[in-house]
Amino acid sequence: MDIQPILKALRHQKTAALLIAFEIALACAIICNATFLIVSRLERSQMLSGVAESELLRIRAASLDDDEDKMARIREDIAGLRGIPGVVSVTATQQVPFGQSSWNSGVRTSPDQQNSVVNATTYYDGGEMVSTFGLKLVAGRDFSPDEYYDFDDVASGAVTPSSIIITRTLANRLWPGEPPLNQAIYMGGSDPLRVIGVVETLVRPSIWDDSTAHDCMIFPTRGAPGTQYVLRVQGITPDAVIESATAKLKALQPNRIVRGAETFTQLREEYFRQDRVMAVLLMTVIAALLVVTALGIVGLASFWVQRRQRHIGIRRALGATRGNILRYFQLENFLIVSAGILAGMFAAYGINAWLMQHYELSRLPAYYLPIGALSLWLLGQLSVLHPALRATRVPPAMATRGG
Amino acid sequence: MFRYYAWLAARGLKRNPGLTALMVLAIGIGIGASVTTLTVLQVLSGDPLPGKSDTLFYPQIDPQDSLGYQPGEEPPDVISYLDAKNLLNADRADRQAVMTGGGAAVIPDKPGIDPYLLDLRYTSADFFAMFEVPFLHGSGWTAADDEARARVVVISRRLNDKLFDGGNSMDRNLRLNNQDFRIIGVIDEWRPNPHFYDLNTGNYSDSEEAFVPLETAIQLEMGRNGTMNCFGDERLSPVQALTSGSCMWLQYWVELDSAEKQKDYLNFLTSYSEEQRRLGRFERPVNVRLRSLMQWLDYQKVVPEDVRLQSWIALGFLVVCIVNTVGLMLAKFLRRSNEVAVRRALGAPRASIFSQFLLEAGAVGAAGALLGLALSLLGLAAVRMQPVDYAELAHLNGLMFCAAVLMAVVASLIAGLLPAWQACRVPPALQLKSE
Repeated sequence: MDIQPILKALRHQKTAALLIAFEIALACAIICNATFLIVSRLERSQMLSGVAESELLRIRAASLDDDEDKMARIREDIAGLRGIPGVVSVTATQQVPFGQSSWNSGVRTSPDQQNSVVNATTYYDGGEMVSTFGLKLVAGRDFSPDEYYDFDDVASGAVTPSSIIITRTLANRLWPGEPPLNQAIYMGGSDPLRVIGVVETLVRPSIWDDSTAHDCMIFPTRGAPGTQYVLRVQGITPDAVIESATAKLKALQPNRIVRGAETFTQLREEYFRQDRVMAVLLMTVIAALLVVTALGIVGLASFWVQRRQRHIGIRRALGATRGNILRYFQLENFLIVSAGILAGMFAAYGINAWLMQHYELSRLPAYYLPIGALSLWLLGQLSVLHPALRATRVPPAMATRGG
Repeated sequence: MFRYYAWLAARGLKRNPGLTALMVLAIGIGIGASVTTLTVLQVLSGDPLPGKSDTLFYPQIDPQDSLGYQPGEEPPDVISYLDAKNLLNADRADRQAVMTGGGAAVIPDKPGIDPYLLDLRYTSADFFAMFEVPFLHGSGWTAADDEARARVVVISRRLNDKLFDGGNSMDRNLRLNNQDFRIIGVIDEWRPNPHFYDLNTGNYSDSEEAFVPLETAIQLEMGRNGTMNCFGDERLSPVQALTSGSCMWLQYWVELDSAEKQKDYLNFLTSYSEEQRRLGRFERPVNVRLRSLMQWLDYQKVVPEDVRLQSWIALGFLVVCIVNTVGLMLAKFLRRSNEVAVRRALGAPRASIFSQFLLEAGAVGAAGALLGLALSLLGLAAVRMQPVDYAELAHLNGLMFCAAVLMAVVASLIAGLLPAWQACRVPPALQLKSE
């Protein structure tokens, strides 16, 4: 079909055509960016934790007894929790993945280095953390039982920590391209900490920069303040043992507050709730935007079909088939929408650049543009179908009417 | 004349009820989304202590060693016990308070309530007067109580209702971590938004349920919340860290009632830092700040970025709705070209055609405003159901109500401008000739 007459006719409908193109451009720009935001939020909420989430349960308790032997209490608790049917292993730690509250420290690779290389989080493994969490060792070994020490002994200076397990991300950051085993890192003082093992991945309890989300260290430290228990459950779901675990802790020491238990699925859900809320909100906006844009096109197209009834009648009288008329309006819509999409792509990158500046978003990948374009072409064609079909029903006799 | 235009407008709107409804819907949804998000934004960027906030300041100093020093860095957000003590003793401000968040197990006397964990604030005497905390019974403690590490506590109305059934609980005991504290004050409803004095414990969280002198809390080794950053290679036990000069964990606020005093205080911070440098404690160059309350909130980026982003998205959506309405109105007005041509031929000037159509647009806007307000009430109800700490603050206020009406009418007038202009340019003769 010839484009020439369409362009000519469009010149008489400049305002309306421009309005549709403008609407499409805006929709294109907003939809591309909103989709990109949705995808990045959903991707973020899928962030790897490195632990066997579906099998883990975290339980916290606070003692009301000032005089009890803290270390004996923890040993007794762990033994008690391990006896619960379905529980295969138990560890004590002072922080958990996605648990929000975290201990962090600056890490250096030589004692006299002036600037901290990296800030990493410190997990205190109160025994069997690697196996309970389900961490995957990719180099080296787990802590041996004689390597564990008490937190209070470190604080008093009786013990100097010397071995450490780190994540692969942290290893690559500290010694890019070098094998990390047996390398030394330094925290506050000049005592070296030797890397004895590297785990594939483990996430921080709280993340303020996604690129450092997996920079973690594990120390064989028992009895740190804020000790809590993580249970690995197999054969049944973790929430099935919440009741018995709570009862067990209460029975072992009645004079304490059990602060409830969470599965790791819950911890993750809570941690990324804001991201998911945002994604749902953006999806709603996109849906509303598509509906509003479609209705706008239907309204304008119906109007101009009505205006050109005589014009359509003449063409029909001159031998144009109904199919010709239908394709005329479809092609016209395609041209207008294409112009809008073209402008919209530039606008999309403009908005993206602004978002990058203000909201730490990355560059909009190019493949969002054809997807956006395709959906808008489809939207345009669907919206114009009804008015265009009405146009095909204009009788040739209309040509003989006045006007 | 106006009544005639109004009658014409009503007739015009009635002629295509579908199209009219579509326009009202578009404006309504756009306004609803924008008002919802802007209300949340406005509530969150509010002043927590109107009338008082410009006399409250957050001093910052940099006491760290030279390890990891990078020129141009901001000083830390919290200070050490030693520096807090030094600044308090220097007594250079009208009022001053040091504070941190904490928690303890409360063991109620009241039967039927199990022990539970309570959010606390550890602070010093001036806190209550400086932040204009309203009291239901009693008052805060004195500087002498701080000094004596008195076992006293100020509790919130909520806690008083829960543990003492809302009665006057003055001089009764509150048992925290196996220690008895004498209740010397009950605070009335008090929830400054944002939770400006300590942003570590949630930007919009509720105020704490009980207040205890910081010195007492340190002596009893009560649990604390929030971050602690230590520097230097001295190895400290958690207890030693609390009172050291190298572990920073306390917030420090001062009240300075005049510009003169503010300048003096900034000078004092500089001379204090210089003195500490001479003593060899501070190793970095002098780096001090004295931000006012609102500057501090701004610097701490208190308003969540997502909330700002949501406002932008809603405004973008409103623009799309307006453009859409322009198109629909254009179609609607130009359909009535004949009517316009007849009126023009009968002597109506362009201006009256223009104002008639603009009135019609305004009517659409007014209807859109009503719908938009209804939708934003729904939207805010949805925000209140979200699990965020600012949820219960999301209410429509008078200002946003007016803004919504204004926005809708302006939006629809803008939307009506171009179509009305096109319509009034319909030439009289030509249109009469056709059909």
